[in-house]
Amino acid sequence: MLDSYGESVLIFLGINMVLALSLYLPMSAGQLSLGHGGFMAIGAYVTVICTTWLGWPLVAGLAGGGLAAALAGAVVGFPALRIKGIYLIILTMGFGEIVRIFFLNFEPTGGASGLGGIKHLTTLPLVMGAAALMLLCLMRFRGARIGRALRAVQEDEVAAEAMGVNLTRVKVAAFALGALGAGIGGGLYAHQALFIEPAQFGFFRSAEIFLIVVLGGVGTYWGPVAGAAVVTLLPELLRFVQDWRMTVFGSLLVLCAVLRPAGLLSGRRPAA
Amino acid sequence: MLRIDRLAKRFGGYQALAGVDLAVEPGSVHAVIGPNGAGKTTLFNVITGILAPTAGAVSLEGRDITGWRADRVTRAGIARTFQQVRLFRGMSALENVMVGRHARTRGGFGAALIRPPFRERGEEAETRRRARELLERVGLAARAGTSGGDLTLVEQRRLEVARALASDPRLLLLDEPAGGMTPVEVEDLNQLIRKICETGVTVLLVEHHMRLVMRVSDAVTVLDAGRVIASGSPDTVRRDPRVIAAYLGRDA
Repeated sequence: MLDSYGESVLIFLGINMVLALSLYLPMSAGQLSLGHGGFMAIGAYVTVICTTWLGWPLVAGLAGGGLAAALAGAVVGFPALRIKGIYLIILTMGFGEIVRIFFLNFEPTGGASGLGGIKHLTTLPLVMGAAALMLLCLMRFRGARIGRALRAVQEDEVAAEAMGVNLTRVKVAAFALGALGAGIGGGLYAHQALFIEPAQFGFFRSAEIFLIVVLGGVGTYWGPVAGAAVVTLLPELLRFVQDWRMTVFGSLLVLCAVLRPAGLLSGRRPAA
Repeated sequence: MLRIDRLAKRFGGYQALAGVDLAVEPGSVHAVIGPNGAGKTTLFNVITGILAPTAGAVSLEGRDITGWRADRVTRAGIARTFQQVRLFRGMSALENVMVGRHARTRGGFGAALIRPPFRERGEEAETRRRARELLERVGLAARAGTSGGDLTLVEQRRLEVARALASDPRLLLLDEPAGGMTPVEVEDLNQLIRKICETGVTVLLVEHHMRLVMRVSDAVTVLDAGRVIASGSPDTVRRDPRVIAAYLGRDA
């Protein structure tokens, strides 16, 4: 029914959904991050080490990659506590670069020449299952005590703390869980791309994930899903304009920003 | 109840609080008044852990809470409202009050995942029930579904009171609760404060509205330039010449 081209497009759609949903969690607590590519890189490399070198099954490898990324997320989460907005963006960008340059110089995983020989283990049901599972988690958080605390932190940190919310715990946990998801996304990506190199996880990757979430809208967890669909499928549908493809794509994104400033799926207007 | 000893707070070269002593009796309504810049809001911010004091001590029911983080202070039993209303504007009135229950409930990411689907049980249902009850108490039951940001200023102030009460405080701090209210609304507030006090919650309020202060308070402390210049019953304070000079003016 699906040809291999269609299947691979849908797999990348699923991976983008996983990455965007994982960034959505810290962003829903007001933590903007442009370093998600770094967590993705850690997840990708660690997963490949687990599956290819240690011979673990993919799901176990993904767990390993996700946990390694989550650990890094907790470490970055602490210094990120006291800063917000543009400063947090710069800190996370710096983190992403550190990770990229680390793998660039780390010879055991191939350094700049990358790491090949990865088995094709990522399947469409697996990525869609992972995305669905993450969506389900976000849905479960939403109506619960922790979900309310996250929204409260996003709205007003001082008031949230005055309600008894432990800002440190909530923010570091949200950041680490976001990194966990990005690590799993990285592992899935590696076993689809079959070859990984540091350049794939640089600033542009982080910016793309960020774009997906902002484009979709941070008001609802369906935002990242819609954003991923647009950013993954639209360039494929625009192939008929050939060389002008990315120009048209970029113009459409600008149009979205003008017409839906709070994201495609956002009932709420941003504060004027 | 609340004891404050020689509390000082300095911002660079500016001494906002210069050794404030204050004792709040359990079960009372205690007002802190004073001209603008006297240090009233700073005092509240230091008590609730939003600011760390430069010197001095704060204790609640004999327990030293000086310099505690704001969330710990709340768990210790102090809740507050803000002069510049700080509601969660994108959340409904009911959700705002439910966030107020945070200090008295448990459950993080894991608990959210394993809770039974489709129907709220146990603590979550209890949180919602308590929040509705509190909305009723401040007269906002009909506005439960309205976003915090869409309420009128007076409703927002009432919602802040409900949200603060949700943490089951033993001491409630109200920072200018009558700001922007008409005389009728101030009278309602007076009743509400008395009712809160009757349930066993001690109230400490900062207020400019003199009629309210004189009617609702059991004790009044007057701050001027970071110092206590008078303390006592509303009547004594009203007649104190230093207070008249510093604050109330000739009309009082």
